[in-house]
Amino acid sequence: MSIHIDAEKCTGCGSCEPVCPFGAIEVVDDVAQIKDNCNVCGACQDACDFDAIVIERPAEEDAGDDNSQGVWVFAEQRNGQIKGVVYELLNKGRELADAVNTELCAVCLGHNVEGVEQLGKYGADKVYLFDDPMLAQFEDDIYTQCMVDLIRERKPRMMITGATALGRAFIPRVAAIIETGLTADCTGLDIDKETGLLLQTRPTFGGNIMATIVCRTKRPQMSTVRPHVFKKGTPEPGRKAEIIRMILDGKPTDSRVKLLEFIEDVTEKIKVEDADIIVSGGRGLGKPENFKVVEELAEQLGAAVGASRAAVDEGWIPYSHQVGQTGKTVCPKLYIACGISGAVQHLAGMQTSDTIVAINEDPNAPIFEVATYGIVGDIFEIVPMLTAKIKESRG
Amino acid sequence: MNIVVCIKQVPSTTEVKINSETNTLVREGVESIINPFDTYAIEEGVRLKERFGGKVTILTMGPPQADIALKECIEVGADEGILVSDRAFAGSDTLATSYVLSKAIEKIGDYDLVISGKQTMDGDTGQVGPGIAQRLGIPFVAYVSRVDDISDGKMKAERMIDEGHEVVEAPVPCVMSVSKEINVPRLPSLRGKMKAKSAQLTVWSAQDLGIEDNKVGLAGSPTFVMQIFSPKRERQSEMLEGSSAEQVSALCDKLSEMKVV
Repeated sequence: MSIHIDAEKCTGCGSCEPVCPFGAIEVVDDVAQIKDNCNVCGACQDACDFDAIVIERPAEEDAGDDNSQGVWVFAEQRNGQIKGVVYELLNKGRELADAVNTELCAVCLGHNVEGVEQLGKYGADKVYLFDDPMLAQFEDDIYTQCMVDLIRERKPRMMITGATALGRAFIPRVAAIIETGLTADCTGLDIDKETGLLLQTRPTFGGNIMATIVCRTKRPQMSTVRPHVFKKGTPEPGRKAEIIRMILDGKPTDSRVKLLEFIEDVTEKIKVEDADIIVSGGRGLGKPENFKVVEELAEQLGAAVGASRAAVDEGWIPYSHQVGQTGKTVCPKLYIACGISGAVQHLAGMQTSDTIVAINEDPNAPIFEVATYGIVGDIFEIVPMLTAKIKESRG
Repeated sequence: MNIVVCIKQVPSTTEVKINSETNTLVREGVESIINPFDTYAIEEGVRLKERFGGKVTILTMGPPQADIALKECIEVGADEGILVSDRAFAGSDTLATSYVLSKAIEKIGDYDLVISGKQTMDGDTGQVGPGIAQRLGIPFVAYVSRVDDISDGKMKAERMIDEGHEVVEAPVPCVMSVSKEINVPRLPSLRGKMKAKSAQLTVWSAQDLGIEDNKVGLAGSPTFVMQIFSPKRERQSEMLEGSSAEQVSALCDKLSEMKVV
């Protein structure tokens, strides 16, 4: 694909300049020039009244013509338990598969994994199951090889993986071998009605900007999605998936990275990613000791304690509590933000919470734009008062 | 031990916004910095050199101006900087970028460890590190929070996973991405600044790396940015009014309606 300016037609009017999202076109000596950072998005071409911007696209296979089939979901498990994010992905995957009239498949690698039939109840038509003692723990090389071979053999059209620590380390290797596109941390997945392509929307620039990304010619179109971005569906009790047992024949039997020891994280009483209620603290707390007011409210509500990046960067609370673009994405029933201004990168991790309460002394704090209920005031007065009142109401 | 640290120069992101009228990125006043997550990778490289000897080579792909970032790395203890820069690379996505960087690492040749940050601040994907490992055919260890030892061709390190930490052993050479917990990056020393001033950086083009045109830039990038837009805020907000006590009381009523309390 290439872009160039037809210098004969270009009048140097400059109407292309402001529409370029990347600042990659500039009029020099009355002729538009394309700069290195051009992404050939075509915004300038639409804005040009003189047809002076020429974009040459290679002849592409239409998504409808390719022979790839099926939407796949990587059914990640740990210690034989399928992770929650898998059911969220199946719900979205079902919608995508229906939109392009194809099947939804789950791919599970593990040993004696419990509840594989659940995958069918949550929407999968087929489950490719690799069951082998070798796969009980995550083994980078073996997992990669199994997935690559299966993709080459069955040619899925799309593949969605949870953006867990494992998913983010392993799926990029698969994509690199297959040489296909992989879009990280998608918050929206849809099908383009005209082309049937997967529209992958994700926050970028720390959540300041959303980008919709497509993978036109390579298959599968691969995305990762963070836990709690999509909602889990309702299981259909009678629904069954065809379970296809795969064998490890000819795969590497030794992993180069060896697990020596697992150390469970015990600093959190309740994990933020699993909590129904989260009380979070930010820079407004001023110092580490002040996290106590947040913790007391959390305890009263049976909630998890979250934090903004500012609070974590200050060293007031461990990283495992961080909510936001570079921390955890959460979607609790109730999110209470105490002294958090609401930087875009924080909002990106919590704005889909069912109800958001913001308490902040700055009435202009962006957190109030996403809050269901806002209180402008001193957190050290309001929060303890709230804690006391809840305690009182519970007797 | 020869260590290659891959870094990226990024816009200091919090200032990047979209002008809602023109739908374009507002770039004025946005300076370029070393991707903050990469500063931990640089520091770890320098610390490992201090522990085990050897040399730290910083590798970046970017426009010619990215040489500033390489000099900043030398200020904090890196030995050499290599800039991979070519118009042909413009528009490369993570697949194409990992291809280019792996070709550069192959050209560097004698390496024991490749270190990257866990992700960039602008793209936020974290996909280039594992992509490089795959193309080099070596293991990848993600989110390393501590390196215990490197000896006898093996690295013992602790990595972060969703449920806690794992101690793992990987053969070297390998690629690792580091998390913020691993260290506190140092500030530049006067000696480092002097060294950076006189440092000669290496610049490699696509041709220098023997790179196939169809594997880089837009042609080599399967993903394509179709549209960009500002995040939407759709929530109806209600500001609670009155004295602190009245506000708290109103909030409690709302919460009990929700059956939270």
